[in-house]
Amino acid sequence: MDLLEHQGKQLFARHGLATSDGKAVTSVEDAVAAANEIGYPVVVKAQVLIGGRGKAGGVKLAADEAEAREHATNILGLDIKGHIVRTLWIEHASDIATEYYASVLLDRSEKKPLVMFSVEGGVDIEQVAEETPEKLIKQTVDPLEGLTREQALEIAKAGGADEDVVEGVADALVKLYEVWIEEDASLTEINPLIVTPDRQVKALDAKVTLDGNALFRHEENQGLGDTANMDPIELKAKEEGVTYVALDGDIGILGNGAGLVMSTLDVVAQHGGSPANFLDAGGGSDAEKVKQAVALILSNPNVKAVLFNIFGGITRCDEVAKGLVAAFGDLKPEVPFVVRLDGTNDVEGRRILEEAALPNVHAAKTMDGAAEQVVALAKEQS
Amino acid sequence: MAILVTEDTKLAVAGITGREGSFHTLNNRKYGTNVVGGINPKKAGTDVEGIPVFADWATCVAESGANTAMIFVPPPFAAASALEAAQAGVELVVIITEGIPAHDELKLYNTVKRDHPGTRVVGPNCPGILSPGKANVGIIPASFFRPGNVGVVSRSGTLTYQIGNELAQRGFGNSSIVGIGGDPVPGSSFIDVIELFEADPETELIVMSGEIGGSAEEEAAEYIRDNVSKPVLGYIAGFTAPPGKTMGHAGAIVSGSKGTAAAKAEALEAVGVKVGRTPTQVAELAMELLGSPS
Repeated sequence: MDLLEHQGKQLFARHGLATSDGKAVTSVEDAVAAANEIGYPVVVKAQVLIGGRGKAGGVKLAADEAEAREHATNILGLDIKGHIVRTLWIEHASDIATEYYASVLLDRSEKKPLVMFSVEGGVDIEQVAEETPEKLIKQTVDPLEGLTREQALEIAKAGGADEDVVEGVADALVKLYEVWIEEDASLTEINPLIVTPDRQVKALDAKVTLDGNALFRHEENQGLGDTANMDPIELKAKEEGVTYVALDGDIGILGNGAGLVMSTLDVVAQHGGSPANFLDAGGGSDAEKVKQAVALILSNPNVKAVLFNIFGGITRCDEVAKGLVAAFGDLKPEVPFVVRLDGTNDVEGRRILEEAALPNVHAAKTMDGAAEQVVALAKEQS
Repeated sequence: MAILVTEDTKLAVAGITGREGSFHTLNNRKYGTNVVGGINPKKAGTDVEGIPVFADWATCVAESGANTAMIFVPPPFAAASALEAAQAGVELVVIITEGIPAHDELKLYNTVKRDHPGTRVVGPNCPGILSPGKANVGIIPASFFRPGNVGVVSRSGTLTYQIGNELAQRGFGNSSIVGIGGDPVPGSSFIDVIELFEADPETELIVMSGEIGGSAEEEAAEYIRDNVSKPVLGYIAGFTAPPGKTMGHAGAIVSGSKGTAAAKAEALEAVGVKVGRTPTQVAELAMELLGSPS
């Protein structure tokens, strides 16, 4: 779960990592009030989960109330690469002497946390990593020991932090690691980590990704993220406990198991089709869950045909068939379905479908054949 | 021979009294797996259709001689149960549970590595391990598979069934099928399992099924180039997955330019591993490599 800047900064503040005074607002009036309270100059920052906000006009400096009002008016509602700005972060503008970069992430190869630091801050760090890798210090940490202060100091020094702020940078690294560990984050990143003219180190931005699987032990973090900009079907699916990812094609996909569903999307694409979604009906889905899943797929008006690709292990094909029959009774879909059922209880599942004789439902024997058929049917519909 | 689970497996199950746990444990026993016990601190002293339930892993191992653990307990407690099994001296811990926090997996992996080097963890979020005709530990629908010479290792459960089934339809059987799971910090990697298949005399062809996210496939490619004499076939799922979206598995996410299916397929092909573009094609490539199965 990716957090908005202001949400990330709240987590930083909770762990004593220095940020500037600021306030999140959703209206022009509140923005002006916040700016007046914080004191000028302020920065008005669009809160969206996409890079390149500055270039898109989503980050502006305001010297007085009139400018704060003007910028808030222009930025609220702005469309930045498909993300509509609904929240602003108003922050006291910092004087900047130097910009650094710091992050903690999961090194999946080493199976350890990885701390990264660079004095090349404020720019695209992937570019730094590619063009001048020697300027990006990477240090894995033993997760059973944690990031020690000595190790953080070494990283700051090795990265070339100015001598008089090495301590401050090490502090920031230790706290950034603490946020990563204690909030169950998969990424905590500060770009830029700034040094002010009076040699204070603080986070000017915040990028935090939390592990959705760990939310059960972080009640205070539930509901974070940019729910306002989430695909409405994805949001509904999440509430219902279904794994759904919106895509931009016209063939609805339902399968069981993440790997098989990913593979189904690929095979459909190989036959010239374009999937409208990823939907993993999951292990052990019963008829009711299948019915809900069909409703989710059909709530996307772009869907012209639907493919069921089931290889039952835990999932029972008879339950899937019952769910499909129930969905047809309630939803009366107008688009064709292609259904491939193999695995646990497949004979019974196919029998249920045959007996129900649902209109416009085509049985397929193989995954490949099913994909080919659904692509042809979708093309007929357009 | 087969790898990891065999006739010598003595299986105990944490979460044996739950709905899924009991169902699959009994299924495994019906298949012929030697199930010797289960764990539930609240139900110690009872049994599940004759399988004794113990209070904790230490007691279970001491009294039943279990050498293999299957973890079926809910995500908040799964990593702790797996560690407890390792502490009790279990050699193989298979974690089926999906949805375990990545940090729990991180601590489990590093703790087992440091303190219990004799224990191998497979999973979490995996379908388990099947050695056809010998033993089944997990949720793989065994009826689709028969003994043979193809070893399969996969990050995805259902995709394993799909590929295994495509192979079976062309007459191929399996030495073992190992699901390593789709989470960011798996206890065992492709490399760990491929190393075992390389040493297993029964395995003549290794099929590895990967997916987007991380770099485990690229690392496996390097390992294969340097260490593997047997033919290896690959499959990668997620060519059409959009960047930044988690595709069902917690570990299946393309981050920036990293973790794409194309890069993984390329890395494998660069070391001579043929990569099927569909599960059907994988089986066709197996025919080309091995000829028709005898």
